[in-house]
Amino acid sequence: MAAADVTTGENPERTATPPATRRAFIVGGNRIPFARTGGAYVKSSNQDMLTAALEGLIARFGLQDERIGEVAAGAVLKHSRDFNLTREAVLGSALSPETPAYDLQQACATGLETVLGLSNKIKLGQIESGIAGGVDSASDAPIAVSEGLREILLDLNRAKTPVQKLKIIGRIRPKDLAPDAPNTGEPRTGLSMGEHQALTTAQWNISREAQDELAFNSHRNLAAAYERGFFDDLITPYRGLSRDSNLRPDTTLEKLSTLKPVFGKTLGSEATMTAGNSTPLTDGASTVLLATEEWADQHKLPKLATVLDGEAAAVDFVHGKDGLLMAPVFAVPRLLARHGLTFEDIDFFEIHEAFAGTVLSTLAAWEDEEFGRTRLGLDGALGKVDRAKLNVNGSSLAAGHPFAATGGRIVASLAKMLHGKGTVDGRPARGLISVCAAGGQGVVAILEAA
Amino acid sequence: MTDKYTQLVSHGAGKTLARKLGLPQPVELRRYQPGAPLITGPILVSGDSAGSDDIATTLLGWGLDVRRNALPKEKLGAIILVLDAVQHPQDLGKPVLKAAASLRDLAPNARVVTMSRTSQSAPSPASAAARQGIDGLLRSLAKELRAGATANGILLDDDLATTSPSALGALRFFLSGRSAYVDGQFLTVSSTSGELPADSDKPLAGKVAVVTGAARGIGAAIARTLHRDGAKVVLVDIPAAGDHLAAVANEVMGTALQLDISRDDAGHRIIDHAVERHGRLDIVVHNAGITRDKLLANMDEGRWESVIAVNIAAQLRINEALLASEHFRTSPRIVSVASTSGIAGNRGQTNYGASKGGVIGMVRSTAGLLEPYGGTINAVAPGFIETEMTAKMPLAIREAARRLNSLKQGGQPQDVAEAIAFLASDAAGGITGGVLRVCGQQLVGA
Repeated sequence: MAAADVTTGENPERTATPPATRRAFIVGGNRIPFARTGGAYVKSSNQDMLTAALEGLIARFGLQDERIGEVAAGAVLKHSRDFNLTREAVLGSALSPETPAYDLQQACATGLETVLGLSNKIKLGQIESGIAGGVDSASDAPIAVSEGLREILLDLNRAKTPVQKLKIIGRIRPKDLAPDAPNTGEPRTGLSMGEHQALTTAQWNISREAQDELAFNSHRNLAAAYERGFFDDLITPYRGLSRDSNLRPDTTLEKLSTLKPVFGKTLGSEATMTAGNSTPLTDGASTVLLATEEWADQHKLPKLATVLDGEAAAVDFVHGKDGLLMAPVFAVPRLLARHGLTFEDIDFFEIHEAFAGTVLSTLAAWEDEEFGRTRLGLDGALGKVDRAKLNVNGSSLAAGHPFAATGGRIVASLAKMLHGKGTVDGRPARGLISVCAAGGQGVVAILEAA
Repeated sequence: MTDKYTQLVSHGAGKTLARKLGLPQPVELRRYQPGAPLITGPILVSGDSAGSDDIATTLLGWGLDVRRNALPKEKLGAIILVLDAVQHPQDLGKPVLKAAASLRDLAPNARVVTMSRTSQSAPSPASAAARQGIDGLLRSLAKELRAGATANGILLDDDLATTSPSALGALRFFLSGRSAYVDGQFLTVSSTSGELPADSDKPLAGKVAVVTGAARGIGAAIARTLHRDGAKVVLVDIPAAGDHLAAVANEVMGTALQLDISRDDAGHRIIDHAVERHGRLDIVVHNAGITRDKLLANMDEGRWESVIAVNIAAQLRINEALLASEHFRTSPRIVSVASTSGIAGNRGQTNYGASKGGVIGMVRSTAGLLEPYGGTINAVAPGFIETEMTAKMPLAIREAARRLNSLKQGGQPQDVAEAIAFLASDAAGGITGGVLRVCGQQLVGA
């Protein structure tokens, strides 16, 4: 393997700006079709699905017996037995069993963060290749025993004599037996993600029509991409599914407009968020193959795009300063500024559609003069996103959103789009990814065509 | 591997009962295993031409146990009947009857191979009669052999020696377990092209092969066999079959290409993938095919057109791209999967028969186009093969179809794959434009 081009501490020219390091290339990706919860993957575990996504990637790129530098993936809804989920998936795959792996968890940003983490390792010369990924199953979600019963069971385990054990067992009350199922509620507010977004949507005066239109475009764009064969080298079928089961190619604005609101019903303003313009719970997995230029060339593999940079942000949603899912609003201007870029320099915008309201609130914040000045520290509004460049092959409203798998879906698709676009005005085509996450977090990234 | 009936009548009481009742008695066929000897037991090389001497000498050179005259009661692994010099039908009797005396001494799964000349190139009516006579003789003899023994023939163009590379390649194929389910068939050698492999267990070492329809059944078996023989395999199938495709690709250390072969750009996508990922393209196996059966009276446009589009139009379009590509010019090989339905016809399969007959015509016509590059193209026509598809046939029809051949059993996907692997190898460089049936000598049809 080529020696790493890293600057040592002895370099006299070391400055605050990191020196130019190696580039991290996206070779390609593979995911399984996303399935609505309780559907095709109802009997599939996170490990099953992540392994399937890996196996498709291995087959596509001929990685059998290959020792990959590192595999990083994660799941948001995770069983305690899956403490080594990614490593176990690697061991169940055709990769070399000498491939190391680690799990990562950053709510819905998990997938994108695995891409950024491994890209950084590649850039630093720590690894030559990496597979980033994510998986989630809301069908096979972990169910925990109640906190009361858990304490009793742990005490029972520590008890030494039969009398002690009997006493402890006697503490169990019927209410302790109710299982504790996971939910998407925020621990610090008790509000579900949808209720949080409903507050933000209302705050930014996002209309029902605009949300339905965004959802409609997502379905239309995703369906068209399938028809074109865009996903032929991005998806491997799984359990009889060859397309995302949430996709409704024949949906219409009219149909979407008839759906009843499900979030924000207690708000004073008119409730606008429906099952049609919110993502459903979904099962699925995705993977992305990353490498140095040398590794990709040695393995005669394509180089679709580079991972230019990424940025994370978080907001104080607990005290209501910002909406729960608005952190990318702050991350994007910081990332653009670091590279001296504006929206004019971006050719594709991939803004994860947790809810149509999330995307539209984000765009509204960026277009708002006062918000730009007071909150982003700019002279005015950050800018307007050209809708013709937004989620052009569909996004989560149509594909579904298996939390940790969404980042990999977006990165692989965007890398392919950028490669197809090539250059724009003599510079490499660029794409911006924005993913919001629970806990008031957000992770964003810029990819460039290779 | 073998069906339940074959297992039942192969041993003990079942065997005795089947013999007493006069039921078909299939045996477990000798199939190729890497490292296994080419053939076991002595080989009788019959015939008195110079060509027969050359064959005997060559076989001795391969370390085989060769007999020019049979020993009484000695079990034979094979009889090679060299008839390359016959001029008149009257010349056949003596060598044929001499070999006939040894037929009862053939061991189970033995081989009879004739080597003679093509009748098309015969210098006289008598010569043509003698040569064509061997066709009828061989096909009849194949139906007389028992216990997994087969009879096949090698036809040589007029100026070719019995030891020309592809004659020997074909001879090795017929003697080996690779030809287990090939019976009553001829391979025609038309040039001195080709060479025997350095390692007979890795005849495709260093080659890059593309197999369409590789996700399951015969296609998956082809991918496995080409990989076993040393090739790097690109596995192609429709996107909807991608999960099975990935599993086979990972098993054979190949790469999966999810692609609908009826797309306009399929040929270029295949060439680009092979060249970009694996540096070259040597072999293309057109295996992908569909059936949409219906009596012609009830046929609709959808059924007809889809079968034509996938089974033959796609192959034609991909071949055009291959022939135009500078990456397909070093002894390239194309092997297409035809079908006995395209030769003998099958009720309810007018569309399928048209497409598969089309494959045979396409192969014949394309041979000349590949010749300048030392390339070959051939078709393999499977008969009844035990696959997921045939397993869905109604029991009675399936059981009848399975037994209506000289070997009294269905073939395995591997049997088709072996024939394809042979035709894709360097050893078959002198064989082009033809059709090899892998059908256990199905009783209907040619």
